[in-house]
Amino acid sequence: MSVDFEMKFLQNFLDALQGHLSLTLASVAIGIIVSIPSGVLAHQFPRAKQPLMVIINIIQTIPGLAILALVVTFLGGRIGFLPAFIALTLYSMLPIVRNTITGLEAVPWDVSEAAKGIGMSRSQRLILVELPLAKPVIIAGLRTAIVWTVGMATLATLVGAPSFGNYIFTGLQTRNLESVLLGSVASAALALVLDAAIGLYQKRSIERTRGVVGKRSFFLLFYQFFVVMVLVLAIATIFWPAKQVDVVVGAKGYTEQHVLAGLLSAELNRAGFKTEQKIGLGSQVIFEALRGNSIDVYFEYSGTVWAGHMSHEDNPGPEVIREAVERYVESQGVYFVGFGGFENRYALAMRRDRAEALGVTSITDLAGIGESMKAGGDLEFFGRLEWIRTNQIYGVDFDEKLIFDSSMMYGAVASGEVDVISAYTTDGRIAAYDLLILDDPNNAMLSYDAMLLSSDRITKRPGVMRVLARLANRLTDANMREANRMVDVDGLPVSTAVAFLQNTVNFDYKSD
Amino acid sequence: MIEFNSVSKSYDGGVSFAVKNFVLRVNRGEVLALVGESGCGKTTTLKMVNRLVSPCSGFVSIAGKSVLDICVQDLRRNIGYVFQGVGLFPHYSVRENVSAVPSLLGWSPEAVEERCSELLALVGLPLASFGNRMPMELSGGQAQRVGVARALAAKPEILLMDEPFGALDPINRAELQGEFVRIQKSLKLTVVMVTHDVTEAMLVADRIAIMKQGRILQCDTAAGLLSSPTDDYVTKLMKTPLTRALEVSKLVSAAQTTDYFR
Ligand SMILES: Nc1ncnc2c1ncn2[C@@H]1O[C@H](COP(=O)(O)OP(=O)(O)OP(=O)(O)O)[C@@H](O)[C@H]1O
Ligand SMILES: [Mg+2]
Repeated sequence: MSVDFEMKFLQNFLDALQGHLSLTLASVAIGIIVSIPSGVLAHQFPRAKQPLMVIINIIQTIPGLAILALVVTFLGGRIGFLPAFIALTLYSMLPIVRNTITGLEAVPWDVSEAAKGIGMSRSQRLILVELPLAKPVIIAGLRTAIVWTVGMATLATLVGAPSFGNYIFTGLQTRNLESVLLGSVASAALALVLDAAIGLYQKRSIERTRGVVGKRSFFLLFYQFFVVMVLVLAIATIFWPAKQVDVVVGAKGYTEQHVLAGLLSAELNRAGFKTEQKIGLGSQVIFEALRGNSIDVYFEYSGTVWAGHMSHEDNPGPEVIREAVERYVESQGVYFVGFGGFENRYALAMRRDRAEALGVTSITDLAGIGESMKAGGDLEFFGRLEWIRTNQIYGVDFDEKLIFDSSMMYGAVASGEVDVISAYTTDGRIAAYDLLILDDPNNAMLSYDAMLLSSDRITKRPGVMRVLARLANRLTDANMREANRMVDVDGLPVSTAVAFLQNTVNFDYKSD
Repeated sequence: MIEFNSVSKSYDGGVSFAVKNFVLRVNRGEVLALVGESGCGKTTTLKMVNRLVSPCSGFVSIAGKSVLDICVQDLRRNIGYVFQGVGLFPHYSVRENVSAVPSLLGWSPEAVEERCSELLALVGLPLASFGNRMPMELSGGQAQRVGVARALAAKPEILLMDEPFGALDPINRAELQGEFVRIQKSLKLTVVMVTHDVTEAMLVADRIAIMKQGRILQCDTAAGLLSSPTDDYVTKLMKTPLTRALEVSKLVSAAQTTDYFR
């Protein structure tokens, strides 16, 4: 492996580590600042305790991803550090609040009374006696919070904040097990290290209560210095000035989106605009991010908007959907640049030679002969509306319906193990295995026309809009299939696929 | 100095009384011992002086002023209190425990340190060897002595002591009692002291109040209680030191340990 590659790997790893660490520490730091006073209040005013614990318990039971999505929506589509930070802070609160209350409740009764009896005020009792005695229990809660937060910080990737989740989610999308493992192991190791660091501190502070004297003050001083340094660094990164960029390009987490983001960046760079990419955003989050001007441009698909955002369950055909989604996105304060020219929907595909031998060109032709065929689908296909409609509209069914991981599915049809598969129309493996996509004259499959969307903010930059306009309606299914093939099948870098698209399509850019 | 004006305390809303119609006057510079069986209300009486317990009726006054009219923190900081359960702060060293009240009162660190070493020497726990120990590292009697030092730290005029010498061996106990009487006399402390030990009450206190079920049976000097008791319980209680001493004396002569009293 080249030195260059290793440097880039190291750089990525350090970025993820820095993102993960600063996110975790900042969240837990603010979590502490909010939670300990909450716990103290709950202890002081027993009536507040029940409602507080209910609220915090509810937050805890909402799945992490849902909290992230809620926070993004609540912030008007803002993505990146802030929503992840808020969600994690909320998440870190429960163990700290709970342990603060438990710790305070466990302070021996006669010690509290002695504190009162020698004339300490309420706040002096709290600060000088009760909190110090509750400290070991509070720190135990802090350790739990740290471990939970490190784990949940992996999800921050989905809202565009870098973390070890980058490796996990990219790995899941590209079926790269090593990457998933790397992300998981790295975040587990981080959790262990942070936990052990606090554990050491806790041990020292217990020894202090037990009166083990000696180097303790020096050690504590050093330790506290270290902790404060790390906290300050973590918090400083929140307010770090953002890189000066003209356009933020967004993408969801799979190959085609990576290639498209690369293409958008390359074309914008060519025109002299600085760009930044936010890759791997969740499908729900990305549209919100665009509405909130957190990203400026990305490729969406008409079917996703129609079924996902507009919640339609019918399929009136590609033209109607195209028109409806165009109107819809504009009504959401987003600018519709144009369609991409290609479509990435589900389709039934067969080996070309086999289809020719049977005289099949369309799903219609499968009626009657499907019953003697084996079909392969990805994890979802046979449960989706697409298949239900195929079955109803064309009266097609198969002898056997096998479920494959999509990486295995193409190999299965190529080797003749199955006759038909549920393919994605721009998947590179369609070209690689020379598959034939069957026509769908009655629109059983929802159309997923690519559409280029831009933020409202960026429409005020005519130079940028000119570049984007030239990208609309220029790509084809065949181009995208080839570009995807280069990455997915040949293992070439995304930049090579982008260069291929630029060379083949010629986006006809003229310098202003 | 301290006056109990018909004070009553019930912990259960009036069904039973821990202290009932308690009338007592403790003079300036006097040591008053509260003696009585377990649960008769001694601690409750003591705590009503520094407002750790508030009476249901009646009031306690200090120098003619109701304690309710004194800021509660000032009141407590100016009254030394030795707790029955010792009540040292487990996360503070001996030095920090003794320094607690002077620090709250804003003494300078040098003055605090000086006072600390003075008092710890007084209770036989030199600062150099005990100052940095934590309460967990002390014996019960040592902890009790630290408790006494803590109560005396801010030079209070009034001292409330709840069985302060209970956990000490006889020799240290006698020594500390003697030391205590000396300090008390020189500082003219006004002291209310709870004890189960009648001998201790007779030797240390100017007057003894004998309590039963929340009431004072009789309050007088040891001589007065012995010569004119008003209750059988008083008679019996006051006689215990003497009857026991006689029993001991018999044992001693039986063993012919002639130099016992030397
Ligand atoms: N906080 C409290 N709540 C309810 N009852 C109490 C409380 N404190 C004391 N009592 C009751 O009041 C009565 C007097 O208690 P107090 O502590 O004054 O006794 P005491 O004379 O100090 O006993 P001892 O010699 O055992 O320390 C007892 O019956 C006790 O059970
Ligand atoms: Mg008592």
